Amino acid sequence: MPVGAGKVHFMKIGILAFQGAFLEHQLILEKLDVDAIQVRNSAQLQDLDGLIIPGGESTTLGKLAMDFHMLEDLQAYGSQYPVWGTCAGAIFLSKNADRKQPLLNLMDIKIIRNAFGRQVDSFETDLDVPVLKTVDPNEHPFHAIFIRAPIIESVAENVEKLASLSDGRLVAARQNRWLATVFHPELTTDDRFHRYFLEIVKSK
Amino acid sequence: MTNEVGTFVVKKGLAQMLKGGVIMDVVTPEHARIAEEAGACAVMALERVPADIRADGGVARMSDPELILKIMDTVSIPVMAKCRIGHFVEAQILEALGVDYIDESEVLTPADEANHILKHNFKVPFVCGCRNLGEALRRIGEGAAMIRTKGEAGTGDVVEAVRHARQVLGDIRHLQAMQEEELMAYSKTIGAPYELVVETRKLGKLPVVNFAAGGIATPADAALMMQLGVDGVFVGSGIFKSGNPARRANAIVKSVTHYNDPKMLAEISRNLGEAMVGRQISSIPDQDLLAGRGW
Repeated sequence: MPVGAGKVHFMKIGILAFQGAFLEHQLILEKLDVDAIQVRNSAQLQDLDGLIIPGGESTTLGKLAMDFHMLEDLQAYGSQYPVWGTCAGAIFLSKNADRKQPLLNLMDIKIIRNAFGRQVDSFETDLDVPVLKTVDPNEHPFHAIFIRAPIIESVAENVEKLASLSDGRLVAARQNRWLATVFHPELTTDDRFHRYFLEIVKSK
Repeated sequence: MTNEVGTFVVKKGLAQMLKGGVIMDVVTPEHARIAEEAGACAVMALERVPADIRADGGVARMSDPELILKIMDTVSIPVMAKCRIGHFVEAQILEALGVDYIDESEVLTPADEANHILKHNFKVPFVCGCRNLGEALRRIGEGAAMIRTKGEAGTGDVVEAVRHARQVLGDIRHLQAMQEEELMAYSKTIGAPYELVVETRKLGKLPVVNFAAGGIATPADAALMMQLGVDGVFVGSGIFKSGNPARRANAIVKSVTHYNDPKMLAEISRNLGEAMVGRQISSIPDQDLLAGRGW
């Protein structure tokens, strides 16, 4: 076996650190031996193999991307490299959030914000995510945490649907190098979605 | 696949999404819109900011539900509201309104001088104030899913916020240096649940998100609290009692992202107009201080 097989330490992943749960993503990546850095300016996008946009408030993310003059740089980065958005990050990654707010305008999905109601309606549930078999042959469900979560209301034809709730509403999707999850894998100890994203990064 | 609502994980989870952000006190829907546009990660809906509560005197209670609902209709970000310490019926009303977080707050006049609300009984999460580790862990023991240091609200003087943040974070460093045998005696000394003392020692931080509050008025104040080690800040009177609220609000939001970058902070702090006038804590008689409310 070659040295480093199975390890991913040659990768460098950025986590957009304007606001939100960026540290949680960083800790999981570090456990996976990935070099993970917090991104607060455009210069830090250089030499990253992929970018994660964490959960937080999507209006805050959008506003700060404008204020720091980073919206175009993030769009340019995302048009070439893998990007994973969780919750607010998924909203930010989308082309349509059903209201006027700054977006990266990359992924062909339409997202509806706060689709389940307010915080008292936030919930946990088990999801069936067949594509995670590619990183872990055990097909146990993924325990997903939804916090004031959006849903993916519709997707373009070339978007792969990865997971839905029992009522059929779509909560995870992939389009080529872009991954969107409206729940929070970073709030769990299950690292399969992180490993799945790293596989996308490796394949690009 | 059943959906579980109101679990401690989802309560605590919302606070995790607020980290690195600024939660702003607002008294009208128009304020709420200004706060959201400035990049606030949440707003606190109330009838009077703490500086006015302090000036007006009298009994301060939960805000009119009508005002809270109007603010909830105006913004898409989370809306918090305050109830009095121990007033679990005000909390029930706020939960029924659908607010996203309840602040059981010393800024309002306490309804119970011995007991806080049993927050585990609610689906809506609570944030509570503290001045030291024991107080923080007692609140978490009752079910608080987020903690904020108390500071001294409505003063614009950051000195108490610094004192309380240093105390809580210093207590945790002290706890980490202890031997395991000493933890039960320490729990007794600080009046905190043993299990939470053990957990805090293991984590090296509180088991829930910890914001700073009470007296933050400038981007530099906010960055100071972040460098001391809190997860985010509440700004009460500091924004809408200042000369240019929209500009100051936005500057404080940016300062919390770039709290470790003095050059950015210098840029952000330029030309913000007048800060709130403020009151030095040392000029306030002891019986008028809010932080001593609750135990």
